[in-house]
Amino acid sequence: MAISKILVANRGEIAVRIIRAARELGISTVQAVSAADETMLAARLADAVAKIGPAHASKSYLNADALVAAALETGCDAVHPGYGFLSENAGFAEKVEAAGLTFIGPRPETIRKMGDKAEARREAALAGVPTVPGSEGVVAGVEAALEAAAGVGYPVMIKAAAGGGGRGIRIAADASELRSLVPQASAEAKAAFGDGGLYLERFVSRARHVEVQILGDGERAIHLFERECSLQRRRQKVWEEAPAACLSPDQRAALCASAVRLAERVNYRGAGTLEYLFDPATGEFFFIEMNTRIQVEHPVTEMVTGIDLMRAMIRIAGGEKLGLAQEDVALFGHAVEVRINAEDPASDFRPHPGTVEKLAVPGGMGVRFDTMLYPGYQVPPFYDSLLGKLIVHAESREAAIARLSRALGELEVGGLPTTAPLHRALACAGEVLRGDFHTGWLEEWLKGRPLAAAQPATQSEGR
Amino acid sequence: MTKTTIEAPLPGTFYRAPSPEEPVFKNEGDQVAIGDTVGLIEVMKSFTPVVAEAAGTLVAFHVDNEDAVMAGQPLYDLEA
Repeated sequence: MAISKILVANRGEIAVRIIRAARELGISTVQAVSAADETMLAARLADAVAKIGPAHASKSYLNADALVAAALETGCDAVHPGYGFLSENAGFAEKVEAAGLTFIGPRPETIRKMGDKAEARREAALAGVPTVPGSEGVVAGVEAALEAAAGVGYPVMIKAAAGGGGRGIRIAADASELRSLVPQASAEAKAAFGDGGLYLERFVSRARHVEVQILGDGERAIHLFERECSLQRRRQKVWEEAPAACLSPDQRAALCASAVRLAERVNYRGAGTLEYLFDPATGEFFFIEMNTRIQVEHPVTEMVTGIDLMRAMIRIAGGEKLGLAQEDVALFGHAVEVRINAEDPASDFRPHPGTVEKLAVPGGMGVRFDTMLYPGYQVPPFYDSLLGKLIVHAESREAAIARLSRALGELEVGGLPTTAPLHRALACAGEVLRGDFHTGWLEEWLKGRPLAAAQPATQSEGR
Repeated sequence: MTKTTIEAPLPGTFYRAPSPEEPVFKNEGDQVAIGDTVGLIEVMKSFTPVVAEAAGTLVAFHVDNEDAVMAGQPLYDLEA
């Protein structure tokens, strides 16, 4: 059944993105707000606002019962979870459906299956999708981990089976390191996710992170090509591109076809992303995990395909079939997104909430700024530091990066430090211009203090 | 005996324990030495310890675990 009113069960820039897509579809919106978020941009833009609890996320955006109650009280017929918070929580999706509401995302059983990394790898293997050599399922305890690691080969990565977003990952170079790291990692996973289960896989050095965007309607799935997100700091993506310039046309075709096989095997419904490691030395790609939700970096895919992913996922949730065949999806040009975070690059990226005293948003051809900011907005300290995403699109990668530099020059956020100086420096770095990087490159490059040199230039711009 | 009120050094979420499963850093009535951790403040998912810069007896907390605090908001009272 068609959706008429959505509860936006998230905050920040993605809540704004959801409201905009809903409005274009003629769907009204109710924005869920914590006590700290009543003045946020999404609350201003939505048709109505529902208070769901105190500032602390565990009592508001992570409170499934409060969100479902708010949706029912305000007459919503659907819930959009955005990313983070409860977006990949199968229990939340079940509660939404049990209340007679539509969950804008995959079926709860798909979330559960693909959210469990060991289970997802088994599905991948059955779909003929290569995976990184790893433990067969969850390893319980040090002895089991040592035994599994012997088969996988060192160095091994230790991951939380219930984890996500790169948190809780450790690398062991040999058996003695593994012996000491496993108990720590298990305790941390138990504290963070309520589940101490661990999973091991081979660590590929100089790997690149590529990921394939999928849309499915529960029967048929298509891909919208891939993104590259190898520029990461503390395993958090900071700069994303589409397409991945490191792939040959044949490699791209094989990668994207593998993602469609896996999505169709699990009868995927909605928007999803399959993340892979790509080894440029051998040309091999390995499936790592699936994110069963919209992703932060979805706009680069929208820019190079011209397809509105947010509208598409809402329409599919409303019962429509995929309106597109694979042949309808074409790549045009190149897009780059950089994350503008409330962090001080001059002070080891310390998070820094504050008040937006001045805001100048870049414009012109091929420039998009998806943000939660407005002049005078007080950025609360309680949530993550993402303020917005600057996205550019041009006919080639080189032209896109030139456009990014130009747009970053126009961007001005006064009153609090942001990561814009990092991106201004990255957009001039030789390795970035040549596309010569891997997932560990940014942290190594930052050790050379490239931003210390960039600092005076930034200040002389009067920002 | 003089009573001092210690204020939050930065805005965020105040925690009295290192994790939900662990005991609190300090209870009312406990002795506090310079350098002791009294709580944590979470700012955008980054945790900063609230470290005592003066010694004494912690006589009262002004905020509860997981409360939102603003910079300069009273956190606890110390008697020395």
